[in-house]
Amino acid sequence: MIPVEWSLALSAVLFTIGVVGVLVRRNALVIFMSIELMLNAANLAFVAFARQQNSLDGQIFVFFVMTVAAAEVAVGLAIIVNVFRLRETVFVDEINLLKG
Amino acid sequence: MAALMQNEVFQVALWAMVKVGIILGVMLGVVSYLIYAERKICGHIQARTGPNRVGPLGLLQPIADVGKLLFKEEFTPAGANKIIFHIAPILAVFPAIVTFSVIPMGPPPMFVVTDINVGLLLFLAMSSLGVYGITLGGWSSNNKYALLGGLRSSAQMISYELAMGLSTIPVLLRSGTLSLSGIVDSQGGAYQIGGTTLPLPNWGIFHWYLVLPFFIFLICSFAETNRAPFDLPEAEGELVAGFHTEYSSMKWALFFLGEYMNMIVICSIIVTLFLGGWHGPGPAILGIVWYLLKLFALLFFFIWVRWTYPRLRYDQLMGFGWKVLLPASIANVVIAAVWLYWRANA
Amino acid sequence: MVPYLFLGFAGLLIATALMVVLHKNPVTSALFLVLSFTSLAGIYLLLQAEFIGMVQIIVYAGAIMVLFLFVIMYLNLQHDVEKGAQIAVRRGIGWMVGALMLLFAGLIVRNGGFSPGPVQAVPPSLEGGNAQAIGRVLYSRFLFPFEITSILLLVAMVGAIVMIKGRPAADGAEGEKE
Repeated sequence: MIPVEWSLALSAVLFTIGVVGVLVRRNALVIFMSIELMLNAANLAFVAFARQQNSLDGQIFVFFVMTVAAAEVAVGLAIIVNVFRLRETVFVDEINLLKG
Repeated sequence: MAALMQNEVFQVALWAMVKVGIILGVMLGVVSYLIYAERKICGHIQARTGPNRVGPLGLLQPIADVGKLLFKEEFTPAGANKIIFHIAPILAVFPAIVTFSVIPMGPPPMFVVTDINVGLLLFLAMSSLGVYGITLGGWSSNNKYALLGGLRSSAQMISYELAMGLSTIPVLLRSGTLSLSGIVDSQGGAYQIGGTTLPLPNWGIFHWYLVLPFFIFLICSFAETNRAPFDLPEAEGELVAGFHTEYSSMKWALFFLGEYMNMIVICSIIVTLFLGGWHGPGPAILGIVWYLLKLFALLFFFIWVRWTYPRLRYDQLMGFGWKVLLPASIANVVIAAVWLYWRANA
Repeated sequence: MVPYLFLGFAGLLIATALMVVLHKNPVTSALFLVLSFTSLAGIYLLLQAEFIGMVQIIVYAGAIMVLFLFVIMYLNLQHDVEKGAQIAVRRGIGWMVGALMLLFAGLIVRNGGFSPGPVQAVPPSLEGGNAQAIGRVLYSRFLFPFEITSILLLVAMVGAIVMIKGRPAADGAEGEKE
């Protein structure tokens, strides 16, 4: 059996990569992908704990997280497409309508 | 060496390797003769003879074709995304090959590479990965016809995957397992209704609530394999050759191989889910013969349909998938669930 | 055998996730993300979550990432141009935050500070496989959240369609269509 620490360390690394992606990149789509990475890091931790605890609750939560992620992607991509139609860009630092 | 042979993990891996080797070899042969069969059948449907020059009855034609393809020029269009252009044909073939690892061609454990308990989900996962090869092939060739063909085919595959997935649910409700060999097992024995035994095999297709899913699955599989009447992605009249316009030589051959392998895979899944898999009269060792017979009959049906039906218009295709097949399959899930629940509790 | 497979998948996962963040071409990023989701599915299989592993491929690799690719191709995005002092500063901050987070996470994992509580002695019934066990829990204890997520999906679907369709033009004609 794989020690739970390994999975957790992997999950932490994955989450960090996601955070760095959100902070470093300016393409809204890549930022969105980094958010997906973070969600997956959380999923991995859920599954690892479910395995360690001999319980299925963690896996059920992953199931719900996936559902929410699918909904989020559909809406988020629709927003990005709309923004692109208005401003001809997907770079988050050029989308500054609120600055006036 | 002897200790290694005793090792259980090693034995399992060795046998799996042997089976994979056999399947790969046989499959390549079957695919090349399937193409020959397609050309021959198409010829006879159109009142001509088809290939008949190379060898007796043209039987050596596939070898000549492969030789021709091998010696053609590898061409990469200017402005293409080189890496993705090279990877796309591989992506078109590998999902089909992976799916073969779970298809039971006879009674397990002998005639199946690995009998996992989520076999059907693996098939659905791999068919959803099949979209990438075509989309990326179309996108990376830097050609607008190829791009349009790629987008069309991926939109079509995604749309029809939903109805396909939903039409498998009544089968699962009946068998109570996701394992493909478990599903085949549940179709064995005699057909019984209300205590009386009918002279029918107990296959899925003979249960009334599985008739509609069978036809929905069949229609969706035409769309999934991009074959007529759903071959919009390669509509010659509008899109040159669709997503593989810019491909030549062995890369084009890989796309072709992928298409025919997908056809074999999806026919095997239909046989497994609805036509009783390896079940048939005679001893169990004949199982693989029955499986192959059913498989080839279905493949013939696929070819027959391709050369007799005209192509749909794109909006008709999308409308049919979303407005007819999807609601029908959802309704069938509900009906089958209610019926099975009632029967179990009555 | 299993630990080696885990390490292999973990290495692939980290490498591809890094490529998602580092590569300048959005299409390549998306493809690396597909690869990393697939290797994550492999890790789920090793953690005995077959159902979740397969659903991971179907949902993430098969549906979500295809949607991403569609949008990238539809918007016809090329390589990102990232130059200038502002971006360099942001990049520095980003990597620094990342390093700090990794440090904290490493400390927590090393000190065992995640205290998962008592371990259940009896594993749940695995008769009929992981998928059936999940189904049994999902349709009994988690039935209400399950129904709620279906409503959430419906809302998201309607929202996405409404947003992408655009407003009808002034002369009453239908707006831009997809």
